[in-house]
Formats: sequence, structure tokens, C-alpha cells
Amino acid sequence: MTDMIRANGLVKHYGEVKALDGLDLAVPEGTVLGLLGPNGAGKTTAVRILATLLEPDAGSAEVAGIDVVADPDGVRKQIGLSGQYAAVDEHLTGFENLDMIGRLYRLGRKASRLRARELLERFDLSEAGDRPVKTYSGGMQRRLDLAGALVAEPVVLFLDEPTTGLDPRSRTESWKVIRELVKEGTTLLLTTQYLEEADHLADDIVVIDLGNAIARGTSDQLKTQVGGERVELVVESTSDLARTEAVLAEFAVGDIQVETHSRHVSAPVSGGADALIRTLRRLDENAIKVLDVGLRRPTLDDVFLELTGHAAEADTDGADKEREMISQ
Amino acid sequence: MTEVLDVFADGAVVTKRNLIKIIRVPEVLVWVLISPIMFVLLFGYVFGSAIDAGGVSYREFLMGGIFVQTVVFGATFTGAGMAEDMQKGIIDRFRSLPMSRSAVLFGRTASDIVYNVLSIVIMAGTGLLIGWRVRTSILEALAGFALLLLFSYAFSWVMGYIGLLVPSPEVVNNASFMVIMPLTFVANTFVPLESLPGVLRTFAEWNPVSAVAQAVRELFGNLPADYVAPDVWSLQNPVLYTLIWVAIILAIFVPLAVRQYKRAASR
Ligand SMILES: Nc1ncnc2c1ncn2[C@@H]1O[C@H](COP(=O)(O)OP(=O)(O)O)[C@@H](O)[C@H]1O
Ligand SMILES: [Mg+2]
Repeated sequence: MTDMIRANGLVKHYGEVKALDGLDLAVPEGTVLGLLGPNGAGKTTAVRILATLLEPDAGSAEVAGIDVVADPDGVRKQIGLSGQYAAVDEHLTGFENLDMIGRLYRLGRKASRLRARELLERFDLSEAGDRPVKTYSGGMQRRLDLAGALVAEPVVLFLDEPTTGLDPRSRTESWKVIRELVKEGTTLLLTTQYLEEADHLADDIVVIDLGNAIARGTSDQLKTQVGGERVELVVESTSDLARTEAVLAEFAVGDIQVETHSRHVSAPVSGGADALIRTLRRLDENAIKVLDVGLRRPTLDDVFLELTGHAAEADTDGADKEREMISQ
Repeated sequence: MTEVLDVFADGAVVTKRNLIKIIRVPEVLVWVLISPIMFVLLFGYVFGSAIDAGGVSYREFLMGGIFVQTVVFGATFTGAGMAEDMQKGIIDRFRSLPMSRSAVLFGRTASDIVYNVLSIVIMAGTGLLIGWRVRTSILEALAGFALLLLFSYAFSWVMGYIGLLVPSPEVVNNASFMVIMPLTFVANTFVPLESLPGVLRTFAEWNPVSAVAQAVRELFGNLPADYVAPDVWSLQNPVLYTLIWVAIILAIFVPLAVRQYKRAASR
């Protein structure tokens, strides 16, 4: 497999701020790379360099085998970009926006109109297609922007925080659309602050902070790096806690944690679902009543915390708030 | 050659997009249609009777000045439009497309010619209603309007460049106000040059805005029969002097604006 996106030692400084500080990236054809990092990590800067909007201070990059600095126009013919903020003209209709982009890609009048209608249909905007964009919801504008990036059927697609600011339902819809695109063989570089999003969409993840990659690998590899899975359970009665701990000791591969007041017991295990089933069977044999049980794999948020020592700041995942509450 | 054709084709797409705005954004239409009427009526009636323009009806003298001031202000549209597109990230989208690098600016300045034509038509109509007349020939009148549009077009490129430099359309409006007010007032637009003191008068004599006003007054026949132009080269040869300014402005600001567009970093 050849790399459709390749970046070597990208550097971009803004005065004192090192937006990028020697970033390397490689995205094989037909795969999705998730560039994950908090606000200000350098994600947008990286995307802007790869999409030819910005020249790096140092380093080099190729997209679809074409050098982004030497032949930016060549690169532009191969890529689609949907930036961090929807870049649609609010006074034009959805159709006019897409048709304009088609004309600027020189698709020709007829082909451009056809393509615009096709994309409106696909992004569920047919009905709103002839209304000015300023009447659209935030989610619809993002979808239109994404459609704009696809007008010329690019082989490489850049999506900069495609779901930031969307409500959960729109986000799930966007994920669906993005997954379909990837199935068709598009190479995708996606940036996100949502750990869950990278987990859902990306084949490989590069975690960046302060302009540098601090970890890379598949979602599973990153999770393993932080530590394996845990069985977590809540028992009905405080008097069962000691016996529960004894049962878990049979499977645990590390320290068992017991919180008396919440009757919460957890233990690191190996073997995934199998370990969980065997634990439950043994608890049942011991007539221990369980209120809640689960196998908890570490989230990418744990990965981030482990790697940087601080949480991904702009994260708004409900799961995180929950975890904070538990740890208090 | 194909590159030139590309600029035209892409520029036309951008022009069309900008023109749709005239219809869809009422504030723009109001500005384009109402402000010229306001200018003509206000200046014509408030100043028109107070100032002596040396024989000819002052209202008639004023029209040339109002025409120039309005089309110079019209150039602000270009700057505000570019700044707005930057702010909204639309320039980023354009810059990620394999389109001509200068088409956005050419398209924008072209659509602003349309705004200015509309303004001029409205102003001329209002002027006719309050007694202004073209006292020469149709051809000379057309030459006068063409000169106005040409000067305004060149000025659009200055404003377009400024629009790419500043963070928001509001800044363009404020900045251009500070440039355009002195430029259009320290001139022969609203008062005869003879009434200005020392340094201001020298500035006004060489101010291209004065030359444009002088040129259109001559072309429309809006000067007194016994009028003698001030004894400075710029006002003795106002058409030529205007054309020289147009050429200089375009030669400097077209490349400057295109270069700024290429490196522009919105947000
Ligand atoms: N045009 C700019 N001028 C000055 N600093 C900038 C500019 N663009 C980005 N930065 C800085 O560079 C760093 C990385 O920004 P960015 O790439 O936008 O991060 P992200 O997209 O991950 O939030 C931030 O500290 C940001 O403030
Ligand atoms: Mg960003």
C-alpha cells in the first residue's frame, strides 16, 4: 500500500508559538488517520499545510504523491477540504453553493448541476436545497460544507473537526456519512478533539500535543499502552464485599479496588468478555447478588491523560464528567 | 492564454455569486439605491443654495463631486466583501480549489462595477429631477461615466487589498472612512478650489479626486461659460491625469492584492 499522505518534519511557528514542531505523518491509501489532540495542539495548522493553504517553515509533505509546496495546484486537484468552520455562503442556496464549487473545479455547467443535486440528495439536503443557507441549522451547514469537499470526488479528503459543535444526533449522522465515504476507498485525514470520534472512525490514531506527535497506533494499541481492561461491578450488600474480592482475586492480573460506601469493586483482567463471564459464573455459585456489572476498556481519554498528564481540555464527553464524579 | 481564459471563467462564477447578494441582502440594495439619492438631495439642497460656485448653478456644479464621492465610497464594497469572505472562511474554500489565484479578486471587483453602475444611474436620475443636465453630447457624457467607473474600479483594488489585511468588514468600513473622507472633501468636490487655504489647496489641486470631478464637469458641460481651470497641470489635463492615476493604482495594487490573497490566512 502506498501512502496517500506523507509529512516529514513539518514545522510552523507563529512568533513564540510552535504550532507544529516537527510533525511526521503517513496515511496509507484507503485508510483513515485520526489526528487527535486538544484545542491548540496544531491540528488545523497541519491540515492547512497539507491542503496547500499554508506553507510550512520547514519539513515537506506529499499528498497523492505530489509535493504540497512545489505543486500546490496539482495537490488541489486531488483533495477535498472541509475546514473547522463551515465555509459556505449563507446568501446562496445549498444548490448554488455546490454548483459554484463544481464550476470552479471546471466540471462544466451540466455535470456541475447534476453533481450538486446528487450531493444534496446524498446528504439529506434535497428539500432545503433551494433555500438560502442562512436558514439552515448548524448541522445542515456542516453537511453542506462536507458535500462541498466531495464535489470533485477527491481521492484524499481532509476533515478538520467535522462534528465539533454538533448535537449528538447530527454527530452520529455525520459519522455514518463519513464511514460510507471511506468504504468507497477515499483516504481520509480527520482531526478531532473527541476521543470517541477517533475511536469510531479512524484506523490509525496520532495523538498530538503542542505541535508534536506524542503517540501513534490503532485505537486498541493505544488502549493497551495505557493498561488493559477491568471488570467493574456493584454488589447488593456491603457484607458481600469481602467474598466478592476473593472471587475476583482468582482472575485479577493486578490490584483489586474496593469502595465500601458505594459497594463498587473493580479488578484488572485479561481475556475480555470471557473473563467477565467466568467472573459472573463464580459470583453466582457463591450466591453473591450483583446490581451492576461491566467490562470497561480504557477510553482514549485515559490514553491522553496517561501520555500528557492532563486531560483533553475541550472534551465534553458525558463519560468524563461521570468519571470525575466517581473519583471525587 | 488558457490561464487568461481561466481567470475569466472563474471570475465570472465569483461575480455571479456576488451579484446574487444584491437581490438577497436588502441592506446592500438599500445602500446601493438609497444612499445616492440621499447624497444628491442633501448636498443639492443643504449646500446648493449656500455656496457660490461662480455663476453656474451650484447644484449643477455639485453633481460632479457627488458622482465621484459616491463611486469612491462604492469601492468600499470590495474591501468589505473580501474581509467578510475571509472572516467566514470562504476564502479558504476558494484557496483549496484548483481555480485561478486572481479570480476571486477579479470577480469581486467586477461585481462592484455593477453596484457602481446602479448607483450612477440612480444618482443621474435624481440629479435630473433637481435640475442637473448634461449640456454636451451623449458621447461626452458616456465618456464621463466611463471615467468614473474606471477610477472607482482602480480604487476597488486598493480596498480589496485592505480587505484582505484586516480582520473584519467593520474594520474596512472604519479604515476606508478615514481615508475616503479627507480624499473626497479636500478636493473640488463640494467647494471651488479657490476657497481652500494654502496647503489644503495644493493637496486638493493634485488630489486625483479633484481631477475626476473636474473631468466629469467638463465632459457633462457643468462649468460656467467663462470658467478657467486652475493653473496646475493636473486640472488643465484632468482626463489624462486621472488615467495616469488609474494606471499607477492598478499596477501597484493588482499584484499586491493577488499576492496577499495567496498568502492570506483566514482565522
Ligand atoms: N495565524 C496564527 N497566528 C498566530 N498563532 C496561531 C495562528 N494559527 C494558529 N496559531 C497558534 O498555533 C497553535 C496551534 O493552532 P491550531 O493548529 O489552530 O490548533 P488546533 O487546530 O489543534 O486547535 C495555537 O497555539 C494557536 O494559537
Ligand atoms: Mg483547529
